[in-house]
Amino acid sequence: MNRFDYARPASVAEAVQAGAGEQVRYLAGGTNLIDLMKENVDRPMTVIDINRLPLGVIEELDGGGLRLGALLPNADTAWDARVEQRYPLLSSAILAGASPQLRNAATNGGNLNQRTRCYYFYDVATPCNKREPGSGCGAIGGVNRIHAILGASDQCIATHPSDMCVALAVLDATVQVTGPDGDRSIPIADYHRLPGDEPWRDNTLKPGELVTGIDLPAEDFTQNYTYLKLRDRLSYAFALVSIAVAMRVEDGAIAEARVALGGVAHKPWRSTEAEKLLKGQQPSPQAFGAFADALLAGAVGQGENDFKILLARKGIIRALKQAAEATPQSQTDKRVA
Amino acid sequence: MATAAKIGIGSAINRVDGVEKVTGTARYAAEHPVENLLYGYIVEAAIAKGRIVSIDEEAARAVPGVVEVITHLNRPHVAWTDHSYKDELKIPGSPFRPLYDDRIQFSQQPIALVVAETFEAARFAASLVEVAYEAEAHNTDFEVAVGDKYVPKKKRSGYMAPKNRGDAAQAFADAPLKVSGDYRLAPEHHNPMEMFASTVEWHCDGSITVWDKTQGSQGVHAYLASVFGFSRKKVRVLNPYVGGAFGSGLRPQHQVFLAVLAAKMLERSVRVTMTRQQMFSHAYRPQAVQSIALGAETTGKLTAIRNAATTSTSRYEDNMENVVTWGLMNYDCPNADAEYTVAQVDTPTSADMRAPGAATGMTLFEIAIDEMAYVAKVDPLEFRLVNYSPIDAMNGTPYTSKALREAFREGAEAFGWSERSAEPRSMRDGKELVGWGCATGMWDAQFSKTSASAKLTANGHLEVACATSDIGTGSYTVMTLVAAETLGLPPEQITAKLGDSDLPTAPVEGGSWGAASTGAAVQLACQAVGKKLLKTAGKIAGAPLGDAKMDDVLFEDGCIVLKDTPTVRVPFGDAMHAADLTEIEEEETAAPGFGDMWKGLHKSKNTHSAIFAEVKVDEELGVVRVTRIVDAVAAGRIINPKTARSQILGGVVMGMGMALHEETFPDHRLGRWMNHNFGEYHVPVHADIHDIQVIFVDEPDSEVTPLGVKGLGEIGIVGTAAAIANAIFHATGKRVRSLPITIDKILG
Ligand SMILES: Cc1cc2nc3c(=O)[nH]c(=O)nc-3n(C[C@H](O)[C@H](O)[C@H](O)COP(=O)(O)OP(=O)(O)OC[C@H]3O[C@@H](n4cnc5c(N)ncnc54)[C@H](O)[C@@H]3O)c2cc1C
Ligand code: SF4
Repeated sequence: MNRFDYARPASVAEAVQAGAGEQVRYLAGGTNLIDLMKENVDRPMTVIDINRLPLGVIEELDGGGLRLGALLPNADTAWDARVEQRYPLLSSAILAGASPQLRNAATNGGNLNQRTRCYYFYDVATPCNKREPGSGCGAIGGVNRIHAILGASDQCIATHPSDMCVALAVLDATVQVTGPDGDRSIPIADYHRLPGDEPWRDNTLKPGELVTGIDLPAEDFTQNYTYLKLRDRLSYAFALVSIAVAMRVEDGAIAEARVALGGVAHKPWRSTEAEKLLKGQQPSPQAFGAFADALLAGAVGQGENDFKILLARKGIIRALKQAAEATPQSQTDKRVA
Repeated sequence: MATAAKIGIGSAINRVDGVEKVTGTARYAAEHPVENLLYGYIVEAAIAKGRIVSIDEEAARAVPGVVEVITHLNRPHVAWTDHSYKDELKIPGSPFRPLYDDRIQFSQQPIALVVAETFEAARFAASLVEVAYEAEAHNTDFEVAVGDKYVPKKKRSGYMAPKNRGDAAQAFADAPLKVSGDYRLAPEHHNPMEMFASTVEWHCDGSITVWDKTQGSQGVHAYLASVFGFSRKKVRVLNPYVGGAFGSGLRPQHQVFLAVLAAKMLERSVRVTMTRQQMFSHAYRPQAVQSIALGAETTGKLTAIRNAATTSTSRYEDNMENVVTWGLMNYDCPNADAEYTVAQVDTPTSADMRAPGAATGMTLFEIAIDEMAYVAKVDPLEFRLVNYSPIDAMNGTPYTSKALREAFREGAEAFGWSERSAEPRSMRDGKELVGWGCATGMWDAQFSKTSASAKLTANGHLEVACATSDIGTGSYTVMTLVAAETLGLPPEQITAKLGDSDLPTAPVEGGSWGAASTGAAVQLACQAVGKKLLKTAGKIAGAPLGDAKMDDVLFEDGCIVLKDTPTVRVPFGDAMHAADLTEIEEEETAAPGFGDMWKGLHKSKNTHSAIFAEVKVDEELGVVRVTRIVDAVAAGRIINPKTARSQILGGVVMGMGMALHEETFPDHRLGRWMNHNFGEYHVPVHADIHDIQVIFVDEPDSEVTPLGVKGLGEIGIVGTAAAIANAIFHATGKRVRSLPITIDKILG
């Protein structure tokens, strides 16, 4: 870990002011940033510890939504009664991630901004365009079991590893941001980005911008939803593929279905176009299969991860069934519902 | 007189060092406080093979707090013969020498040590060391290397060459029923909880005290003396607590070399700790491929076994394991042949990892046996009984004991095996397919020459000591129980000391010989103390014990008691007082061959187990849950059922990892392990583990070792992965011949 300046501002204004410099990082739970610094993957000149900022609360929004503070721990978010009752999908997705210890330390803002788990990104002795632009992508033609099948580029095939963000994508959350140029809100769909030829950019946050909260619009996906996570062991592993579904079923037919995938792309993967295929349908393997094919259109394997295409297809069909039948996946009993 | 139940061999007691461990007062290698300490951080090679052309240390040296950057160019003198670097394992070849010259033999090889006033300064400076390499072509792809497999000329000690019998080729050709195929095991890393670390305290007289993470303090002691030219008196190595090792600590690892090198060069105390990532820079379980061909009669009687295995080793040493012998020993079959070869890859030398050879060879063999049972349409358990061999079928020798039949019976009963329906895919629980599988496990019952001392003080306190290690296996507790049994003292009055090269001689802890060997030595030392006590009791006025011999007395509640007249009791203190002794200290050595052991001289000595596994599989998604394991173990006498059970549980969980999770991924272009961290190298977590039942089968055996103990460190892992793989076949009808069985191998 390099030597760096450290500041611990007490207000958002001070934090943003301090964040305006070169190579600045905000430190929240530290479960990702500190690891990256220890391995010399990230070498900030200044670390701004934001843990004193008053962003650790949940607020009611006009119109029935909730604002989740950026500094609220993942665990406190998942177990909050309002979130559990009104956004059980979000609780479920958060609880599918990491371990209890990590969820206690990890914050909502940190989860949004966590970096990929690509093996090469974490090993400075290897090439990686995301870490060191122009050095090449080690994962292409290399060890890529956990890499993207959708939306990748010839520069980078990394995935965004978050579970929470997959649920946020389905819930049409917006990310509240403040920075040198003032406040703005970014729809979750526009927050993370595909690698393209700028793989070092994970998201659309501008330098110095600070996430203050995540807004959840009022929705009623409390019956027909699920978060199904498929991974290499039954807990404490990142998703090979995960599927978040929120659905409304009226008179036995699907009035609305939203589906996002985790572990398959540089951002939660969602297609509102494909979702139209489900509207008005009776839940059936055929309808679910047709949707899966549409959502996975253009999926390509990188060799070791070829199986993820089939896994995703089957996972989507199962998750849609779970949601339609109102039997959401339990995150404690690991038997797939 | 009312006495509490006597505690001794066979008592289920808590670990005597448990409180220290859970309260954090047990200090591990990197935790010993030493004044004025420097911290070393290892710089690793980025390429797999070649030469170092230049090293630019300027930026590293400029980091505040950096004291020295040690490389092959400025290191102090070290030994230059291969012989000086040989450790207790004596693996044929040319042992790796850190910072010796400019040669790179594997990726992540240590090539420099940055020493600084703080760990973080050293770590950061290490990232600034610029190394220019001249790379040479390398190969880390084992499947390619197998093309050049060979039989090493010089064999590793402990290697047992397979013995052929009958004409297996012909018998296989003639067999009405056949199974044949290649079975594979991925490379695995040991990943104990505790990182490799050494704290070296430099004393002004040029002597050193080393707290090291190792399975053998005396092995490291000898290595350091030999490599650095220390006189043996000037080095003391301590490893009172070891946070697991699984074989990775059998050989001195490079951090101890580097820490001592730095201490010697700088005449300062130095600590070197590996990070989790750096734990992948040395020992790993060899990758393996095993070609197995089995022939049988339509009745299920085996007629041919052909077994050829290749395991990975480095370019510089021939690491060998006993991979192909187990199946040949365990099954009654007139025709059998086997061949074992190694293949070189540009990695560090592969290493012993829990049940080396057996965990690979027996496990893969037991998958093939299961296949044969299905081909013969015989229940897999019945198949194993039909082909049961009461003797060692390869060597033609009887076993000192083999209660495998009983293990199968008791295990099957506990598991409910008789309820199994034979057809694959015939059992279900809701959406999930249910599968039941079984397998045999097998390991050696070994004994190694070991010394121990026992010191009794007049206040009734006993200290027993031996240089052995406790790598989490329960050695402290075993020593305590054996001493309690022998001298009739409660455990609270006994202190066990170990993990110190100054203590009576013991071999490195491994191979499951610890409990049998250390136990025997402690028993001998305590018996010697008992003899002395009896002698001094003769000096008591009126000689209450008459001319009683050792056979006439027993030791109970701190007294010598006449067996025939139990009311006659002489407290130890009285006996010592009569001879004016404040303490009695004896040291004894237990060597193979004493007691009844001579009767077992020409017999085979093994532990066995019968493992039953239940899996539930969501076939569509490839999700496997191991819902139940019953492991019935025949391992002679059990010293402490509680810690013994823990050993088996640990072995079974590691077997589950072998079955479903553990695999290190190499990038062959870079010649480097890529998932070298605990996030991406998967071992089972709590959610993966359900019900595990351990049964110890009664197996009295006075010939195997003096205490009748066979050892338990490894048997729990052997065969477990096969039972799970076989259960997955029963559940799904899908036969997977390569471990681990990950989601992609089942999906469909
Ligand atoms: C072993 C392991 C397993 C894990 N498994 C999972 C899993 O299965 N699923 C999953 O979803 N996650 C998993 N995680 C990741 C975990 O969820 C993230 O590390 C965590 O959410 C990061 O939050 P933090 O508060 O600790 O962030 P930090 O480490 O403090 O920060 C992470 C990044 O976000 C930036 N940042 C933090 N807060 C803000 C803010 N308010 N505004 C702008 N930028 C900010 C930081 O500068 C930094 O770049 C795992 C992590 C580990 C170590
Ligand atoms: S996939 Fe992306 S993060 Fe991984 S090596 Fe390639 S460029 Fe780097």
